[in-house]
Amino acid sequence: MQNESRDHEPANSKKMLAAKPFNTFVSFIKHIHPVKIPLSSLAFKCTWGLGGMSLVLAFMLMVTGILMQLAYKPLPGIAYESVQLIKNDILFGQLVRNIHYFSANFLVIVAFCHMLRVFFTSGFYGTRRVNWIIGICIFLLILLSCFTGYLLPWDQTAYWAVTICINMFEYIPSGSFFKNFVTDGYEVSTRTLQMFFTLHTTLIPSILIILFAIHFWKIRKAGGVVFPGTHHADDNIKPVMVKSNPNLFLRETVVGAVLIAFILSISLVFNAPLDDIANSGLSPNPAKAPWYFSGLQELLVHFHPLFAVFIIPVLALLLLFFTPFITDTAAQKGVWFISDKAKKAGFISALFSIICVPGFILLDEYVVNFQLLMPDMVGVISTGLIPFSIVIAFIFIFYYLMKRKFNLSINEAFQTIFIFLTTAYIVLTVTGTWLRGPGMKLIW
Amino acid sequence: MKILWTGLGFIAIAEFIALCVSFLNPKKGKTVSGNSDNIIEAGTIDSFQPESVTAFVRGKFYLVCLKDGGFLALSSKCTHLGCSVPWNEEEKKFICPCHASQFDMTGKVLSSPAPRALDIYKIKIVNMNIIVDISRIIKRAGFAKEQVIYPENVKR
Ligand code: HEM
Ligand code: FES
Repeated sequence: MQNESRDHEPANSKKMLAAKPFNTFVSFIKHIHPVKIPLSSLAFKCTWGLGGMSLVLAFMLMVTGILMQLAYKPLPGIAYESVQLIKNDILFGQLVRNIHYFSANFLVIVAFCHMLRVFFTSGFYGTRRVNWIIGICIFLLILLSCFTGYLLPWDQTAYWAVTICINMFEYIPSGSFFKNFVTDGYEVSTRTLQMFFTLHTTLIPSILIILFAIHFWKIRKAGGVVFPGTHHADDNIKPVMVKSNPNLFLRETVVGAVLIAFILSISLVFNAPLDDIANSGLSPNPAKAPWYFSGLQELLVHFHPLFAVFIIPVLALLLLFFTPFITDTAAQKGVWFISDKAKKAGFISALFSIICVPGFILLDEYVVNFQLLMPDMVGVISTGLIPFSIVIAFIFIFYYLMKRKFNLSINEAFQTIFIFLTTAYIVLTVTGTWLRGPGMKLIW
Repeated sequence: MKILWTGLGFIAIAEFIALCVSFLNPKKGKTVSGNSDNIIEAGTIDSFQPESVTAFVRGKFYLVCLKDGGFLALSSKCTHLGCSVPWNEEEKKFICPCHASQFDMTGKVLSSPAPRALDIYKIKIVNMNIIVDISRIIKRAGFAKEQVIYPENVKR
């Protein structure tokens, strides 16, 4: 790096008055970054810039969202007309709506990848644990934000997807209370739209901004991002440091600019979908959940709703939350996939997952029918507890076999299972999004 | 001093919560029952053939006239996840477009995932007129003879 040795930066020239706002901006950026950062944390493959990308997308969402809010009217029917107005009559309205739509969808993917990055570089031990929890909360809020935003256009797709998702609550303990709370008792209505609108445009963004601030503050407190060689309580090895300005800033700007250019070009080529106006008397066939929930929708096809939308997601979330608390904190950090051995085990478990999960789906679809096998049993047990126990037993056996076979440490074994489950969820999501046709039958 | 502030803080939170609740339940005080929107006059008895299903779009229900002349008002909302279920005249079944649950003419589940029969509404027959009260939905596990309403002059 050409600037490593340049310690005496020329003071910002204050001669030009016009440069002042710009300087203020620069010094703000400087203040939320450390002055110097470790050289090895600069490598793109260390973080893939995913956290920064999420921030850029969130920023674009807020700007385009505020613009649309000026024209949007949160009342059933009228909402649809106002979105049509945004699309057809407002200058650049279509573009703004597209940017909002694509940024939201990419944000889910980018934030998810960011989480995977942190997991696979063991970036969540010690002081970073709190930030792991905050990160998960941010991710859940992003999902909620997408879901509440999904209803706003009030078209057929939105109306029925939200109807299905809200009705899932009936199967969750005390979920009926929640359902009645957001729907006026019977169906998705004005009340639902107004609540979703408030959540989407005010409550969730405010909470997110606060959480972002805490998130960044905690990164500073933890001494920056993890990088190879970061060891807990191991401060005697000093890494080579470089100045943030311009080494880091330049990279951030490039990543941000490329991302914005990317979203803009997609928004110019493709349009955000808008279906017919919602009709509460006519369900489209198939009526599907939005893609980021179609993994859950797929689970729902195979398990009793109590398991599909409550027990399984809650267990998965608990596992995600507590991983850094139940595994070995003192282990190696900042290295992708921990070790070569774990890399190999992870690869095998991903492959295994890609083979097994479709196998299970096909078995359940065409061969085994738990309800017919046990006609006298209540649904919760025959299509819930029994298949669920089989899957759990399967996962545990796999865990111990992998652990023995590769002689894995606890962290490596956890990572192996995590890879298995994540791959399984991605397979479910793909199945639910692209391979389910009318009547939720498998198609290809 | 600290205790005082904490106490005041709690009072403020309680007030705020009370405020939220009152904003979220604006209906309080108004009477809902007896609302004419919730009572639907479906028509006279003889305008329905036995073994027929008539859709009422406004009330989102089907008026079913069974083979023996009894009447049932079935909600058109699927008991699985709430899609709107159309009547299939060829197959004489209700088939849900969302996850393919099937129900027979009485609303009984013919094929899962729906966990229970279609919900029903209360029917009254006044001077040959069929009146459906859609203010309250009645959930049921399956079909039972008592749910059917018969005009007085038709024998069971
Ligand atoms: C994390 C942040 C956000 C996410 C993930 C998000 C996501 C979404 C999504 C998925 C839609 C539906 C788009 C469609 O189907 O057309 C939507 C619509 C909308 N959003 Fe956001 N949004 C965010 C922030 C905001 C903010 C801050 C505002 C305003 C202050 C806003 C205002 C709106 C409005 C008015 C619509 C309805 C217009 C339309 O559907 O085209 N959003 N949002
Ligand atoms: S909503 Fe009718 S089968 Fe799922």
